[in-house]
Amino acid sequence: MLVMIIRRLAQSVVVMLTVALIAFTLFRYVGDPIAQMVGQDTPIEVRERMRAELGLNDPVVVQFARFVGNTLRGRFGISFRIGRPVSELIVERLPATLELSFLAALFALAAGIPMGIYTGLRPERWLSKVFLTLSLVGVSLPTFFIGILLILVFGVLLGWLPTFGRGDVVQLGWWSTGLLTASGLKSLIMPAFTLGLFQLTLTMRLVRSEILEVLRTDYIKFARARGLTSRAVNYGHALKNTLVPVITITGLQLGGIIAFAIITETVFQWPGMGLLFVQAVQFADIPIMSTYLVLIAFFFVIINLIVDILYFVVDPRLRTEATPHGH
Amino acid sequence: MTATPAPAAPLLSVRHLEVQFPSRRRTLTALQDVSFDVLPGEILGVVGESGAGKSMTGNAIIGLLEPPGRISRGEVLFAGRDLTRLDQAALRRIRGREIGAIFQDPLTSLNPLYRIGDMLVETLQTHLPLSAAEARRRAIAMLAEVGIPAPQERFHHYPHQFSGGMRQRVVIALALCTEPRLVIADEPTTALDVSVQAQIINLLKRLCRERRTAVILITHDMGVIAETADRVCVMYAGRIVEIGPVRQVIKHPLHPYTRGLMAAIPHLGGVAEELAQIDGSMPRLDAIPPGCAFNPRCPRCFAPCLGAVPPLWEVEPQHQAACFLYGEEAGAPAPAGAGPEARP
Amino acid sequence: MHRLRSLLHTVFDSDLWYSFIASRVTVLAAVVTLVFVLAAAASPWIAPQNPFNPAALDLLDAFTPPVWYAKGVAHYLLGTDDQGRDIFSTILYGSRISLLVGVGAMLLAMAIGVGLGLVSGYVGGALDNFIMRVADVTLSFPALLVALLINGVVRSVLPNVTHDQSALFVLIFSIGISSWPPFARTVRGSTMVERNKEYVQAARIIGRSPAAIMGQHVLPNVMGPVLVIATIGLAISILTEASLSFLGVGMPPTTPSLGTLIRIGNNFLFSGEWWIVVFPGAALATLILAVNLLGDWLRDALNPKLR
Repeated sequence: MLVMIIRRLAQSVVVMLTVALIAFTLFRYVGDPIAQMVGQDTPIEVRERMRAELGLNDPVVVQFARFVGNTLRGRFGISFRIGRPVSELIVERLPATLELSFLAALFALAAGIPMGIYTGLRPERWLSKVFLTLSLVGVSLPTFFIGILLILVFGVLLGWLPTFGRGDVVQLGWWSTGLLTASGLKSLIMPAFTLGLFQLTLTMRLVRSEILEVLRTDYIKFARARGLTSRAVNYGHALKNTLVPVITITGLQLGGIIAFAIITETVFQWPGMGLLFVQAVQFADIPIMSTYLVLIAFFFVIINLIVDILYFVVDPRLRTEATPHGH
Repeated sequence: MTATPAPAAPLLSVRHLEVQFPSRRRTLTALQDVSFDVLPGEILGVVGESGAGKSMTGNAIIGLLEPPGRISRGEVLFAGRDLTRLDQAALRRIRGREIGAIFQDPLTSLNPLYRIGDMLVETLQTHLPLSAAEARRRAIAMLAEVGIPAPQERFHHYPHQFSGGMRQRVVIALALCTEPRLVIADEPTTALDVSVQAQIINLLKRLCRERRTAVILITHDMGVIAETADRVCVMYAGRIVEIGPVRQVIKHPLHPYTRGLMAAIPHLGGVAEELAQIDGSMPRLDAIPPGCAFNPRCPRCFAPCLGAVPPLWEVEPQHQAACFLYGEEAGAPAPAGAGPEARP
Repeated sequence: MHRLRSLLHTVFDSDLWYSFIASRVTVLAAVVTLVFVLAAAASPWIAPQNPFNPAALDLLDAFTPPVWYAKGVAHYLLGTDDQGRDIFSTILYGSRISLLVGVGAMLLAMAIGVGLGLVSGYVGGALDNFIMRVADVTLSFPALLVALLINGVVRSVLPNVTHDQSALFVLIFSIGISSWPPFARTVRGSTMVERNKEYVQAARIIGRSPAAIMGQHVLPNVMGPVLVIATIGLAISILTEASLSFLGVGMPPTTPSLGTLIRIGNNFLFSGEWWIVVFPGAALATLILAVNLLGDWLRDALNPKLR
């Protein structure tokens, strides 16, 4: 088991270095950093001097090493557009995104897994058919459209919920949370629902297809042949085998939440990392873009690692060696 | 000859069983007019090619047909009750307790996430009023009986920690732990190494003889039947074409299909000849020819074979065949499911 | 004539056609998709107005509500936007762009994915490992992120003035590049299975080129799953393009896709002209839903385990 963890860690480092390389290439070679930072009529000598000062004439390997070193120390450069250090911007906006994403993920799992189980075990019921139709709609409706419709209905027409921003937030150290105020909570409802809906439908469909697959196996047939109660068969044997791959695949899918947070934050003007990134792309703000890339890659790598470990913990076949004894 | 009435009450009595698979386009009939009896403690072999309906018969008896398959006609009488009329709850109580089942592939029959000890205890406690400790004792004893060494340790192991043969022993333990009166063994050795097959079959035979458990042994391997079964029934295209005591069927196969099966078994010693084979192959369920299903491949086919399906005629005592060759001699067809005489 | 008739028989008598006709929902989905494609293709001829020709617009007609309102006009069936553009026409033209990008991206992804899959499966070894690793990493990032990133990079490389004109190709490229792994994986799997079969080894001994072997034997077997992936992938591509356009980094307002239209319409949500955003959105959702349904049916119909 230790061997596996070490191997995975090594792979993760390789992936991170590759991503860092891409980010570095972006940072250094796309567009001219100097041109972005100074005015139009700065003389060439001044530019050359800045170039030397910033170490832009050093060998590529040295620059890359410096980049990696800086990144590890949290020095991500200065935003072209805003003019402030990227690390500051991130610290400001990360809590907003994390809170939103976490709530959306919770919603998606808490609703999606039971719905999936229900539609898998009782496919003939009317409610199952309703769930399935809703899931198809959820997969097809673009996230931003759902958000817009929700704003239209609950914000504009009914006026129940705020239509943009986070509401009032409370500072806890460097973290700002919206969970402790009424307006903060109200502001979270629509964005979290919008962000979580796609994930929910994916989860539900995954759980359902896994359960249907499991119910067709020989060991379920044998369990029935042994006369076990349908409770034992469905919730003991079938569910256990279903949730193992589901837990792990869902972990991987949660990465999708981060991606779709970009859209949700744009629709609701949510002051998080996603909105920051979109604005960076619109204005070709390279430092933010490359930092976002590295951060996202890091996040994904961590998730993958946790999922691999989870797999290991949950599936006994991976833990013990398959040692045939005798005949 | 007229049929000899069976003095002993059969444990299982299948009468005119018909299984159909309705779909949007057409309805396929997988089993037709299947009738046989199983006496307490006897081993009945069911033999035939893949697709003949052997497994389907076993599934139908315990009510585990895959939808949309359903029993469209007939009855399955077990200890006086018709299993086809029981509701799911009652059927579930009989499954595993009175009728056990063993399936082909031990690798996929066992839930990989469950320890085998837990599976045994679960099965025992579902059917018998046992405490956890008592169930555990019985489970370990059962493991020892099927020949698993160090059963106390192995109790805590997962299926993938056993070899194929060991796994099948575990499966047998699971099927027999509740002391059922009948066991349906569907190709129990097909997925195993040849060297292990004999051991498993002998284990099964010994355990069932000891407990007077009847067995329906489903297989395509005639050799296994010859060694193990008391009686055998031969199936073809969803019907029974021959049924009788094992010695007789092997020495005097009546139905041309059975003759073909026997001839195709290579014999050691004797002149080396070409391996006899039956030309053609068994028809698909949706392409069964009219009349006797075997007629396109039958070397003795004649006029009546194309017109009607032959019923089972009792040609020798307890030995029946569904073939027009015996039609006139045998007189009236045997009543369905005439069983054997009681064994001394 | 006889061959044509027997071909028709094979198609219409097959289980595939039967399961298609039997599911009313699927037929409806297919019809809707077909209508979209045809309408989008024919938009220059059937649209009441070319909304992107400034000469055809009349600013005085701006903000006309849909026809069933009191102030509505039959000529502007679904109302007009802030520039006087007929919403129905913009939807037609927008669908065209959305479909163009979606199909283009899918074709690109298929070409790359199938090609890499064949090579990876056939050659095996280190090359196979490498390609699959790249595929794994690409797969773990959602297509939206990858496409967004590539988009951003291309934008900063190309001079500003060409952004609008090249948007179509940049989009097709960035979405296609992020969608190839599923194709590659499936094709690779099938290729590896076929490669080990005896007739392939025999063909190699005879001296047939690998390309010919793969083309003749592997490709037909793999077309079914590839088609399923392509259909579901088409829905995702359309969705991704719409998302990118909504974020402002996709198709520009001068040649808008449905996503761009929604973005434009969003500005008028609070002032009450809801039709500018809702109708394009509904059109987009309907299109994606129809393609998804087709993909779902195709996957179930071609699944050997369910037959």
